[in-house]
Amino acid sequence: MGLTKKIVTWARIKSPWIIHFNTGACNACDIEIIAALTPRYDLERFGVLLKGTPRHADILVCSGPVTRQIEDRLIRIYEQMAEPKFVIAVGSCACSGGVCAGCYNVKGGINSTIPVSAYIPGCPASPKAIIDGAVKLLTSLKG
Amino acid sequence: MRKPDIFKVPIGPQHPALKEPESFSVSLSGEKILGVDIRIGYNHRGIEKACEERTYVQDVYLIERICGICSHTHATCFVQAVEEIAGLEVPKRGLYLRTLIAELERIHSHLLWLGVAGHEIGFDTLLMYTWRDREIVMDVLADLTGGRVNYGMNTIGGVRHNITPEQAQKVLTAMDKLEEQTKYYIELALGEATLAARLSGVGVLSHEDCVKLGAVGPTARASNVDRDTRRDDPYAAYGDVSFSVITDDHNDVFGRTVVRVKELMESYSIIRQLLKNLPEGPIAVKAPRKIPIGEAVSRYEAPRGEDVHYVKANGTEKPERVKVRAPTLANVQAVKKMLENRYLADLPIIIAAIDPCFSCTDRMINIREVASKNSRIMEWETLRQKGIEHYRKQGIDFSKVKITQSF
Repeated sequence: MGLTKKIVTWARIKSPWIIHFNTGACNACDIEIIAALTPRYDLERFGVLLKGTPRHADILVCSGPVTRQIEDRLIRIYEQMAEPKFVIAVGSCACSGGVCAGCYNVKGGINSTIPVSAYIPGCPASPKAIIDGAVKLLTSLKG
Repeated sequence: MRKPDIFKVPIGPQHPALKEPESFSVSLSGEKILGVDIRIGYNHRGIEKACEERTYVQDVYLIERICGICSHTHATCFVQAVEEIAGLEVPKRGLYLRTLIAELERIHSHLLWLGVAGHEIGFDTLLMYTWRDREIVMDVLADLTGGRVNYGMNTIGGVRHNITPEQAQKVLTAMDKLEEQTKYYIELALGEATLAARLSGVGVLSHEDCVKLGAVGPTARASNVDRDTRRDDPYAAYGDVSFSVITDDHNDVFGRTVVRVKELMESYSIIRQLLKNLPEGPIAVKAPRKIPIGEAVSRYEAPRGEDVHYVKANGTEKPERVKVRAPTLANVQAVKKMLENRYLADLPIIIAAIDPCFSCTDRMINIREVASKNSRIMEWETLRQKGIEHYRKQGIDFSKVKITQSF
């Protein structure tokens, strides 16, 4: 690994900016993601910062199964993100469709639409599990 | 003079101010909002339809996942309807525990809302404070039921978890702590000049408009509509406890904040009364697998307003029809009125002030054919046929279920 690449990787791991997108979730995973960012769990100590636009974000945190109406928007948001980009699927619905799998308006998990880097199961995934998943993803980037 | 240009700003489905995907097309003249087109449906998953393919017991858990914030709301509302059809008498202790979780849920939801409202007006300290305190009630819920968000407390005929005296003591300690904190929030909401200045006069919904548009919950109570299902049509153990319905005549976002923080205090008092008078005895009765033919409507005062469930049973172990009317659906019509002639910068807080929950609300989709730009709404029969075919492809044949008796 060249020195430049090493520095870039180091910087990337220290400041992963996330964008949260609800693709049809029931809010449970969403509030747990927000809970992970607030004082008790404080995901920010790993440099994680919640951003408002996909253009600023490195990691797309998705919750919920992909509904047919959101599908195009999810792809569009994914395409707007700058490389390198990662996707975390939070919750059972995002991983596989969960309880909503087989519903007529649900396409399936996030990986039915866009590639996923990390899966965090749970209904809903607890803030502890979300922190664990985020840290594991960041550790894997060290390469 | 040139006529002012009308400018259309699309907000959503992904927007930093929105926690869930929904879409607003805002017509602007300068900074002023002339009109809003609200488009919802991004969260529609088809849960009502899926309920018809599952047994009643499975449905309790599926319905709990309609919404992650009012999970107990939907589950309770559904089991109440099923219990009414089956003629089940839930033991007193079961009803008390159901009410206990309902009030704890209200506390967590209102604290959550207060934080989100703070965030929307750029007062992030409030978000961090309330969410820190919210963890106290989340711990209590996790201790009582095993789940932080989806409690799995309800079952048809009662509740699934009993409460020990030690747990009850823990709840009471937590309530004392939260009450202390809430007093601070009340002081903050009523006394802090900057907060009052930011929220007063924003998102005004007059009493007449509120009644006309059928708003519910804290949104309606802040417009001085004295309406609360807990008092008007007592369910569970609400008939046994005394509490006051908080109303406010500010008619704006400030009023909605006041109503919610004051309701927190009422919830603490309800919980203390419930635990003090908690009756002994069983917590559930055994429910039959097959529910007799019948239909029922169940009402429930969710943290956001009145939630209505309709269940139609056909004598099998699966329901014939389940219909959910979530409180946000009643309130979202009022948002349009609240936004008129306001500034664009007020939009996030006005939308947040009804405490929207679109995963509850999105009950149908309007299919638009891209090529011909025709839109069509599927009728109930077509949708049913589509559903049967969809499940038949997966090897489940629902069309064999014959409804023998009409009612």
